[in-house]
Amino acid sequence: MTHNANWFLEYAWLVPLLPALSFVGILFFGKRMRYKGAELGIAAVSLSFLLAVCAGFAWIQHHDDVGYQAVQSSTQWLQSGGVEFGAGVLVDGLSVMMLLVVTIVSLLVHIYSTDYVGDDKRYTHFFAFLSLFTAAMLFFVLSDNILQMIVGWELVGVCSFVLIGHWWEEKPNSDAALKAFLTNRVGDVGLIIGTITLFFAAGGGNTFDTIKINEAIVQGEVGHTALVVASVCLMAAVMSKSGQFILHTWLPDAMAGPTPVSALIHAATMVVAGVFMIARLYPVFFEGMQIGGSSINLMATIGAVTLVFGGLLAFVQDDIKKVLAYSTVSQLGYMVMALGVGAWTAAVFHLFTHAFFKANLFLGSGSVAHAVHSFDMKKDMGGMRKFMPKTYVTFIIGSLALAGLFPLAGFWSKDEILVGTGGWGLFGGTGGNGAYTFHLLMGLFGAALTAAYMTRCVYLTFHGEFRGDRSHGDPHESGPRILVPLYILSGLAIVAGFVNLPAGFQLVGDSWTERFGHYVEPYKSSYFPAIDHATPSWSLAVVASVVALVGAGVAIYYYFVKVDRLADQTQQSLTELPDGLSKSNGLAGAGHKVLVNKYYLDHLYEGVIVAFTKVPLARAAYWVNQKVIDRTVDAAGETAVLVGRQVYDVVDQSVIDGFVDGSGRVSDATGEELRQINSGKVQNYAAILFAMAAVLAGTFLIIFAL
Amino acid sequence: METIADTNWLLTVVVFAPLVGALIMVLIPQEDEQSHKQVALFTSLVTLGLAAFLLIDFNYGDAENLQYFVDTQWIEVIGAGYTIGVDGMSLPLIALTALIMPLVFVYSWNHIPEPGNAKAFLILSLILETGMIGTFVAQDLVLFFVFFEVVLLPMFFMIAVWGGENRRYASLKFFLFTLFGSALMLLSFLALYFLTEADTFSMLVLTENAGEGITRGTQLLVFAGMFLGFGVKVPMFPFHTWLPDAHTEAPTQGSVILAAVLLKLGTYGFIRIAIPMLPEAAEAWAPWIGLLAVIGIIYGALGCLAQTDMKRLIAFSSVAHMGFVMLGIATLTDFGINAAIFGMVAHGLITGMLFFIAGSVKERYHTLEIKRLGGMLAQAPRLGWILGFVSMASLGLPGLAGFWGEFPAILAAYNPAAGVSEQTFRVYMVVAAVGTVLAAGYLLWLLQRTAMGEPSAEFADDPNITDVSTTEWIAWAPLLFGIVLFGVAPGLIFEVTDPAVTQSLDNCITTLTGCEVAEAAASSGSGGG
Repeated sequence: MTHNANWFLEYAWLVPLLPALSFVGILFFGKRMRYKGAELGIAAVSLSFLLAVCAGFAWIQHHDDVGYQAVQSSTQWLQSGGVEFGAGVLVDGLSVMMLLVVTIVSLLVHIYSTDYVGDDKRYTHFFAFLSLFTAAMLFFVLSDNILQMIVGWELVGVCSFVLIGHWWEEKPNSDAALKAFLTNRVGDVGLIIGTITLFFAAGGGNTFDTIKINEAIVQGEVGHTALVVASVCLMAAVMSKSGQFILHTWLPDAMAGPTPVSALIHAATMVVAGVFMIARLYPVFFEGMQIGGSSINLMATIGAVTLVFGGLLAFVQDDIKKVLAYSTVSQLGYMVMALGVGAWTAAVFHLFTHAFFKANLFLGSGSVAHAVHSFDMKKDMGGMRKFMPKTYVTFIIGSLALAGLFPLAGFWSKDEILVGTGGWGLFGGTGGNGAYTFHLLMGLFGAALTAAYMTRCVYLTFHGEFRGDRSHGDPHESGPRILVPLYILSGLAIVAGFVNLPAGFQLVGDSWTERFGHYVEPYKSSYFPAIDHATPSWSLAVVASVVALVGAGVAIYYYFVKVDRLADQTQQSLTELPDGLSKSNGLAGAGHKVLVNKYYLDHLYEGVIVAFTKVPLARAAYWVNQKVIDRTVDAAGETAVLVGRQVYDVVDQSVIDGFVDGSGRVSDATGEELRQINSGKVQNYAAILFAMAAVLAGTFLIIFAL
Repeated sequence: METIADTNWLLTVVVFAPLVGALIMVLIPQEDEQSHKQVALFTSLVTLGLAAFLLIDFNYGDAENLQYFVDTQWIEVIGAGYTIGVDGMSLPLIALTALIMPLVFVYSWNHIPEPGNAKAFLILSLILETGMIGTFVAQDLVLFFVFFEVVLLPMFFMIAVWGGENRRYASLKFFLFTLFGSALMLLSFLALYFLTEADTFSMLVLTENAGEGITRGTQLLVFAGMFLGFGVKVPMFPFHTWLPDAHTEAPTQGSVILAAVLLKLGTYGFIRIAIPMLPEAAEAWAPWIGLLAVIGIIYGALGCLAQTDMKRLIAFSSVAHMGFVMLGIATLTDFGINAAIFGMVAHGLITGMLFFIAGSVKERYHTLEIKRLGGMLAQAPRLGWILGFVSMASLGLPGLAGFWGEFPAILAAYNPAAGVSEQTFRVYMVVAAVGTVLAAGYLLWLLQRTAMGEPSAEFADDPNITDVSTTEWIAWAPLLFGIVLFGVAPGLIFEVTDPAVTQSLDNCITTLTGCEVAEAAASSGSGGG
């Protein structure tokens, strides 16, 4: 099926190869280069980006010519048990879309970083790992089999580990890096078992090939039990990688890494790896989770809970990056929920738009932090719009897009997710794979939360009076290498939604609607389940917008009206009302405390589970080792010596005595004497001991023969 | 079966070349340390060259059969022959041994441990090399036993003489433990000799015989003897307690050899001798071997978490890693045993490397107590990064060698050989997968506490703490390269071992072929639905 595929699709493996080579180049020669390796990284990623763009056009051409047919090329990787395992690339609409997202965000982050970490002492090292990360992520999305996906999955994890711990001198940073890696390892248990289950169950057995596995499931050749096991196990992996409740706790801590890393890895690309995996292996989940014709399932519910719980946590953060981190958790929840209700395209489309506006917001927060040398909104920010008007405008655009307001990117993708729940049936919505009304309500609630916490974030950062340290002069606007990526990303945050206008959108012709879904969703391919598509609903779009505006409105009333007025009266720069709800109302206060403590999950993990394993359990195991097993061994040895002595007294030249006691003494003597005396004796003693061993063996021989 | 090539002298030369070097060194006076180092290194390089030739000359299309086969009379009275040969199962291990030894000698160039005496130390190392390679090529049980025991003494002396403070206890424990295992192993060998009608120690004949003519009960007993003999060497829980002591007390070179090669003698024995010769007993014992293997994985990891000494931690990690190898073997499938052989090579490269690092840390800081270390990345950045890299490899990061020993072993446990309980092994699979989390835990905590953070006040201005030296680079580079190479291209090993493993199992174990597995899985899967 790959006969006449376009060159750019056939050679898509060059896209990850270039940054991989750049990693090696920077690692070995980076320090000697003029720009300390950054130029190599940027050149490689730029080329990758160009190739990805060409691959995008090539895919459109290919799709128009032959329809949705993946271009797959692979070679043998290894062979075991007579089974051959391939390695290769799978190019289709989904992977080409990911290539574009990853390369463009990575390129902008590279450029941004030349300024942001410009005077870092491990600058070259930083760029080397940015390259490696980009290569690993691209490798992951192009994988044509699950084994290869595991490799990419773990490699991006290790890059994340290294970059979170970039400033490893400080313990909190290395703690955060370890937490990220270990939490993901927990999820990986599911990944390993799920993958193995699929290997034996699907695709006629003994294959990791994604398309073969998917096809087998679509054709109903795979047992249901195996799919349930596989989908639940893989879900655990998704929960850790894509920050789903209850394995999300590493993601906010990961903000210890440099901001460009947060934007690239912990918002736009790596954390969507889990979402991508569900999308890639969708038949597994569609059948395993029984998505069609239902109104509740595990995946959709995990997503729904995550989007609300994550959104709530964003309210109590003082650190601007943590607000964005919890916002990311919440948005990932939207994507997982969308996949859970069968709205595949909506989820992938939201992944696409979210990458741009979230990278925009993260880099914007970095721009502010760069100016005030802090991420604390309450202590060191406030009134930043006066000092950084350009950053302010881009940040506002990103916030509006995230809040899902018309006509920015987030509006279109969020609306599609809400439509896709199929829960709007009472009010004229149709289609979808079931009636996920609960999930629709959670999604709407999340929309209000999103708009509200972003309003709070914008107020605390950019409005009111500056609360930071002015002793080194006023903060000032960032330079062009920071601003230009911000302009581009905010531009994308405006227009990215237009690529998938809903069908029946009257302002443009039909040939302009649903372009994204048309080229990305493998609906007509052989490896995709028969999902139903919901029909867009005007009424839902209006309701969702109103809900978001209400969320924003409440927050605006609180901050921009009440707090601002009080601040004017008291001539202070305030961040909250002194007699706010959480202080005056006991229940709200308790809720606030639960949020500040992050639902006590960290206490459970670190204080209980990890602490128990590290100290009592490990010590108990070691105690058993030393006091039980080893003591038995020692006792056996001592008894043998004792028995030997006894026997020696009775029977001269006893075998046991000669062996146990004798060898002990000889080794004592040897050890001591060899320290001073020449090596000639080594041979003597060696001969003696060897002879003894031989005698022993001979004795057994004789005993046996008799 | 007999493959007489015109290069069948080659194996004998590979085996005894180190011994020749050792004999030459006996004649050189002890004071001339430089000559000793040169001769030892040269000898091991010649051996490596010969092994490289073996790698090139080996007929990979015929990897399932013994090549360079030699079979002559040796001790006629007992029917023991000088029978040697190499196939796909032993080739990677011979190559590993031949690679590790020159690196040990390079490292020894300026790291002869206290109390000196390079002559004795290096001679013992060379004798070890002969013993180790000999074990991997022996095709006669008596010959195998002799080589197996030849390894024991030099290692005993290495620990007893050049070891740390508690060397006497550790070395004696190592010696007695292993000898105890060997004695039982020898009994089993003798039983095989007397109970089969063939009256021979030839491993080929005994393998073809595959336990025929021995009652099931006796088979189980005989297998148990080998199980103990090999299990002590691996070491399997609960016979592992000699290992942490031996490793902790052994000089760096001793630890490297012990971890990289010596432990593999036990696992190799299972694959080469115990399973093919007594397949019925192997099936009966498999769940127990698997059980001890997964206990070892979890228990070893917990042991690591409790350690306060870096070297002892690495030693305990061997218990966990060899657990994965044994789990692969216990499945009695081609997947599992391929994974086991890969795991042996990977563990050799990775843990060998970790012990080298521990040695260098000890040399610089004069302590291996984890809580006194810290900030290695700041003081000796390259050393710190290498530690980080090798830790990642050790915890089984895909793309590096360690992964291909672990993941396929877990994979194999999903679907063990036909005569073995599937349910039991699925439980083992989950336990082993959980073990990978703990592995990440202890290795990253080690990395965090030793490499990250600021250097402690005690060592902050210590001029001793320097970055990786030239000799260290030379000794380590091949290992680091191998870790990446086999991680990226695992086929290099799998494709050598696979034909030999498949054939070895086809002879004896009722395995299902790939297609049958698929059908079985499909039918059981659809049955479930």
